[in-house]
Amino acid sequence: MANLINTQGLIEDSELTAITLTEWQENKESLTGQKLQLTLNSDETADLIGADATNFQRICIDFPKFADGRGYSAARLLREKYGYTGELRAVGDVLIDQVFFMKRCGFDSYALRDDQIVDDAIAAFSTFTSPYQNDANDQRPLFRRRLN
Amino acid sequence: MYVYDQYDQQLLNERVAQFKGQMERYLDGKIPEEEFLPLRLQNGIYVQRYAPMLRVAVPYGAMNSAQVRKLAYVARTYDKGYAHISTRQNVQFNWPALEQCPQILADLAEVQMHAVQTSGNCIRNTTTDEYAGVIAEEIVDPRPYCEIIRQWSTFHPEFAFLPRKFKIAVNSVPNEDRAAITMHDIGINIVKNDAGEIGYRVLVGGGLGRTPILGEEICDFLPEEDLLTYLDATIRVYNQFGRRDNKYKARIKILVKALGVERMRELVEEEFNRIKDGEGKLTQAELERVKQHFVDPAYKALSDEPAALVSAREEHKAFARWLERNVRKHKKAGYAIVTLTLKQLGTPPGDITAEQLDKVADLADQYSFGELRSTHNQNLVLADVEQTELFDLWQTLKSLGMATPTLGLLTDMICCPGGDFCALANAKSIPVAEDIQKRFEDLDYLWDLGEIDLNISGCMNACGHHHIGNIGVLGVDKKGEEFYQVSLGGNSGGNDANGSSLGKILGPSFAREAMPDVIAKILDFYVDQRTDGESFLEVYRRVGHTPFKEAVYGKPD
Repeated sequence: MANLINTQGLIEDSELTAITLTEWQENKESLTGQKLQLTLNSDETADLIGADATNFQRICIDFPKFADGRGYSAARLLREKYGYTGELRAVGDVLIDQVFFMKRCGFDSYALRDDQIVDDAIAAFSTFTSPYQNDANDQRPLFRRRLN
Repeated sequence: MYVYDQYDQQLLNERVAQFKGQMERYLDGKIPEEEFLPLRLQNGIYVQRYAPMLRVAVPYGAMNSAQVRKLAYVARTYDKGYAHISTRQNVQFNWPALEQCPQILADLAEVQMHAVQTSGNCIRNTTTDEYAGVIAEEIVDPRPYCEIIRQWSTFHPEFAFLPRKFKIAVNSVPNEDRAAITMHDIGINIVKNDAGEIGYRVLVGGGLGRTPILGEEICDFLPEEDLLTYLDATIRVYNQFGRRDNKYKARIKILVKALGVERMRELVEEEFNRIKDGEGKLTQAELERVKQHFVDPAYKALSDEPAALVSAREEHKAFARWLERNVRKHKKAGYAIVTLTLKQLGTPPGDITAEQLDKVADLADQYSFGELRSTHNQNLVLADVEQTELFDLWQTLKSLGMATPTLGLLTDMICCPGGDFCALANAKSIPVAEDIQKRFEDLDYLWDLGEIDLNISGCMNACGHHHIGNIGVLGVDKKGEEFYQVSLGGNSGGNDANGSSLGKILGPSFAREAMPDVIAKILDFYVDQRTDGESFLEVYRRVGHTPFKEAVYGKPD
C-alpha cells in the first residue's frame, strides 16, 4: 500500500466511489450526486473531462512512468482552466524528486511509490523558495512578486 | 550582461543543494540508475564512452571574465586541463568524476554559472546571435528576451518531463537568420510592425537529428508582452499531445507534421487566448528591468580607421588578412568585434585549454569590458575591442593559436566530439576534421575558395549540424566499421538571404582515408564551375546536385 502524503506528512485515505473516465461518460446521470473519485490515465487529457471535473471529490492522475510528464499539464488545466477545487492526487510512479513540481501544478495529495522515503518526500516540497514561473497556487510569476 | 539578484542566486543555490542531495541518495543506492538518469541529465551530466561529461550552460553564449577563470579552474582541478565549446554555445568537460559533479556545480554557482537543463527532455539553453548587441543591423538586442526565456524555462514545473528535448533560438536581424531559428523546436524572429512596435514572428517544429525539418510559421506577429504566455501555450499543447511511444518521433516537429501547422495553431491559440491577459503576461516593467542589464558599456567617442590601425594593416600582411577575416564591423565607431578561432591544426574544433581560458579572461578584461562570448561555430568572441588595440590583441592571439584567419572558411569546421568521446556516436568525427584541416592548410587556397560551411557529425543525432553544412559529413556504422556519408547544399541561412535549406545526400559513403580526396573533388568541381566570385552554395544551387555527384563518383555508364 502506497504511503499517502500531503505537504505536511502522512494522511488517511477516505473511501469514495472510484470510477474511470469511460464509466463517467457512460453513466453520468446515475453517478451525479455521488461522492466520486475519478482516475485519469496519462493519455486522458484534461479536456476530456473538462467542466465535468467539478462533479468529483477527488481526481487521481496516474503517472505510469515518472518520465511521462503529461499529468503535470492535466493537473494545471483542471485547476486553472476547468475550475476544479477538489482533491487532486498523484498516483503511480510518484517519486521524491517529482513532488515539488507536482505541488506547483496543483496536486495536493500524493500516493508515493512503495519504496519512497516519506521524510525525504516531505522535505522535497520546500526545494525552492521562490520559483520564476507562475503556477497553480500563485498566478504571479516572480516578475510580479520581486521586491527590489 | 545579466547579473543575478538575490532571487536568482537563491534559486541557483537551492538547485546546487538539491542535486547534492540527489547524488548522495544515488550513491547510497536509494535512487536506481534509471531514475537518477533524468536528474543528472537536467544537471548537465551525461555518462560518456570513458567518463561522465558535464555540460555547463552558457546562456545565449554570454560570459564574464570571472566565469571564464572559473571554467579554467574547473578544467584544471576536475578535468584534464581543457574544455570544449559546443555547437549550442555551451561549455563541456569530458573527464570529471561523477561524485565530484555536485562540488563542481557549487563552484560554478559562485560565479552565477550552472548546468541547469543542458540535457534531458526539458527546455534547453536558449541560443542567439553571437554578435547580439554590437551590430547595427539588428532590430533590437535579443539578449534580454533570451534571459527572460531562460528565467521562465528554469525549473518550469510543468515542462520538466516533456516527450523530448526542446530548443529555442532567437534572431533579431532582418532578412538573415543568425541563430539558425528554422532548425529549432521554436524559432523566434524579433520583428517590428508598421506601427514600430516590437514583436515576434514565431516558427515551430524545426529540428535536425534523424528527421531534419525546417520550422513553419505559427504566428506572424506576436506582441512583445505575449512572449511567455505564447510559449506556455505552445509547449502545453506539445506536452499533452506529443508522441511518447517512440523517442525518434517525440520531438514537436513530428507533432506539427502529424497535426498540420494550421491545427497546431488552432490548439495553441485556444490555450493562448485563455491565458494571454492573465498574470503570466510579461510586464513592461520586467522587460525594462532585464533590458537594463544589457545597456551599452561605457564606449568612448572614437573614430573608425584610426591611424595606428591603418599603418599596421599596411605593414603586416598577416594582420591585414586576420582583420579582413576574423574582425567584424561594430555598431559603434572606433570599435570592432573580434572572433578568436578555436580551429588550429592539431586541436579538435572548439577545444580550449585551461591556460588559454585564463589568458582569454585577461584579454576580455584588458580589451572588451570583461566580457566574452561563445559561438555556435565553436569559437569565442571579444565583442567590444577598440580599433587602436587590434594590432596588440592580434599579436597576443597569434601566440595563443587563436588568430588563424579562417573564420567562415572551409577549415572553420563545426564538429561534434564524435566516437572519441561520445557513447552515441557511430563514428569518429575529430580525426576526419583533422585530416581535412591538414589537407587544406594553404591559406591562399582557403581564401580563394571563400565562405564554405563544412559540418561533421559522428551520428544522426546531428550535434555537428551536418544537415545545414554547405558540405555535410555524417559518420555511419556499417557492420561495425566507420564510414562517412557526404551531403551538399545545406545552409542555416546565416549568410544567405535565399534562406535555409537542408543538405542532400551525395551517394554511397566513404572510408575515412578517402574523405580528404572526396572533399578535394567537390571543391575542384566548384572552382571549375564558378563565375565572378560565386560562393560554393550559389554554384551548387545554380548547377544542381547531379553534376557534383558525377564529379565525385564519375558519370554512370
